[in-house]
Amino acid sequence: MRLIYAMLAGWLSASTAMAELTLDIRYLLIEQPRPPTLSNLDPLPESLGVDGAQVGLQDNITTGRFLGHNYTLELARVADGDDPIAAAQQALSETAFVLIDGPAEALTAIADLPQANGAILLNVAAPDAALRSDDCRANVLHTVSSMAMRTDALAQFFVTKRWDDLVMIAGTHADDVAYANAMQRSLQKFGLELGAQKTWAFDADMRRNAAQEVPLFTQEFGDYDALIVADELGDFGRYILYNTWQARPIVGSEGLAAATWAPVVEQWGAVQLQNRFTDEFGRDMAPKDYAAWAAVRALGEAVTRTNSADAATLRSYMLSDQFELAGFKGRPLTFRAWNGQLRQPIPLVHPRALVAQAPLEGFLHQRTELDTLGLDEPESNCTEFAQ
Amino acid sequence: MIRLMVALTLTASPVFADEIWVSNEKDDTISVIDVETLEVIKTYPTGERPRGITFSKDYSRLYICASDSDTVQVMDPNTGEILFELPSGEDPEQFVLHPDNRHLYIANEDDAITTVVDTETRKVVAQIDVGIEPEGMAVSPDGKIAITTSETTNMAHWIDTSTQQLFANTLVDSRPRHAEFAKEGSELWVSSEIGGTITVFSVADQSEIAKIDFEVTGVHPDRVQPVGFEFTTGDTHAFVALGPSNHVAVVNAETYEVEDYILVGRRVWHMDFNADRSQLFTTNGVSGDVTVIDVASRKPVKTIKVGRFPWGAAFRPTDQSGG
Repeated sequence: MRLIYAMLAGWLSASTAMAELTLDIRYLLIEQPRPPTLSNLDPLPESLGVDGAQVGLQDNITTGRFLGHNYTLELARVADGDDPIAAAQQALSETAFVLIDGPAEALTAIADLPQANGAILLNVAAPDAALRSDDCRANVLHTVSSMAMRTDALAQFFVTKRWDDLVMIAGTHADDVAYANAMQRSLQKFGLELGAQKTWAFDADMRRNAAQEVPLFTQEFGDYDALIVADELGDFGRYILYNTWQARPIVGSEGLAAATWAPVVEQWGAVQLQNRFTDEFGRDMAPKDYAAWAAVRALGEAVTRTNSADAATLRSYMLSDQFELAGFKGRPLTFRAWNGQLRQPIPLVHPRALVAQAPLEGFLHQRTELDTLGLDEPESNCTEFAQ
Repeated sequence: MIRLMVALTLTASPVFADEIWVSNEKDDTISVIDVETLEVIKTYPTGERPRGITFSKDYSRLYICASDSDTVQVMDPNTGEILFELPSGEDPEQFVLHPDNRHLYIANEDDAITTVVDTETRKVVAQIDVGIEPEGMAVSPDGKIAITTSETTNMAHWIDTSTQQLFANTLVDSRPRHAEFAKEGSELWVSSEIGGTITVFSVADQSEIAKIDFEVTGVHPDRVQPVGFEFTTGDTHAFVALGPSNHVAVVNAETYEVEDYILVGRRVWHMDFNADRSQLFTTNGVSGDVTVIDVASRKPVKTIKVGRFPWGAAFRPTDQSGG
């Protein structure tokens, strides 16, 4: 077991005298193995997610200063291969508020620990639909958008654009397969159908011969409106663009992508959040950073409004109609009372601009258009939140 | 001979009509609208990303928050020339000129600070720590209280202008955008963009008197987002810009009830009145225009194209130099 605890905010909390209430937050980072990818152009930052939580913490502390509320954040990093349960037990013995950045299996195992009973665990990384349905837990809230929310956002875009002739290339990694399945579900949900689907199982180095391979690989598709790429690891997808047999748009994991957050989001005051993040960490704010920021801010917002650091009080407030988080996405963010998912608009982006923001115009819902994205109440089998 | 007569006639009658000045956030310009003809008569270049604008009490100077230039520019409105720049702190977004006509209270959006600048000595007098993303600025008619609202902290911060210290912090709904004193300084109104409300405070004890909700038919409540607002003569009514719902609400300031909704351009943001407050000019960010509203009939009467993303609006009378 190797645990590294890092005080992230000691200097900030020290300056806050007279705090009448303190909320301690842990960030449990469960490192996951990443298979090699064809290109190393975009290395993942070491502190992905953690940096977002840090900005959220500073936002909370600044607000708390005026109310006698203080916040701390500590990182617990579990190396790949080490046991996340022991780290979770340690964290839960110290606080009831834990952000979890890890795979779905670890998340549910932690949620089922006796020590997690009555805690608030915030999922900032796992996009699995099951966590919002059959495998949901009453003590887990999700600030990261589900994969279903992201593929629903793209499906709305296809409908709006009348791109109804769609084909897909999917990788073989479990995340790629999950994405392809989520996309299939979304297409069906919005009355679309997938034409051909091919699996990308090449092991050639595409930096050298993409131009030769991809045209032939995509020639079989014949004509279509758009090509969906399921490549959640960023392995081969980048070599598909501009190399297809037909000149058609690429969407999905590459090209036009649906994301929880992207550096090109600048409307609705988002520039301020982007600036705060970039000034502090010298890099762009990634989706996981946003999910972690939203998790810490959601806790902070609940503390601000309830004047309490009691987990049960905060949880019931966060799931109530009173709760709203200003998340720089143009409308208030709230939690779904049936599965703990944070409702949020999903930006559709390319690397240089925001193209659209789902829910798109015309997709209506009796409660809120935001519920056209992801698992709506009848689509979710979650019953844990019912009581 | 004929030419001379024309010139004489022109000088005899008022050559200049009253004006509405509009800052164009994404064009780095200011558009000047003639209130008589309702046309843009001049466009002046400014620093980067001009947002808040306000005139000195005698209208001899225009102050411009050039947000991305990190400065407040001072323009001669007769020539459009930038006379000098004031230190403003980083990313000035909005400001308010103290009744002493000398001190500017500036919200520094990126820095969680309110900066007080003396426009005569051109020096920073004070910097006050406030919440995250300060934006709305107001000062009481007697000059004793200044207000900063912070968008992410969701508070109105009350500043004692004699000490430049905070003396109260009051929570409001999400993303407070704009603040105004009303009824001779006895009330403070604060709009919350994401919360979708206006909170009315009693200034005497900072207690909440009322909360105003908005409801536009056919628009989801999430998209009804109050931002800028201004009061009619005698503070009987407030006209409230509702952002992406593309409507302006008319609120009865006695009953706090909404009486009307007026359709304007897209993402309506701020506004100002003409001299007798019979006409209201709203800036519509997304559609890049200004809607002119007839206050008596509460009807939009004209749309005027300005620059990209018009943000602030400020009235300038013809008779500005006491003449």
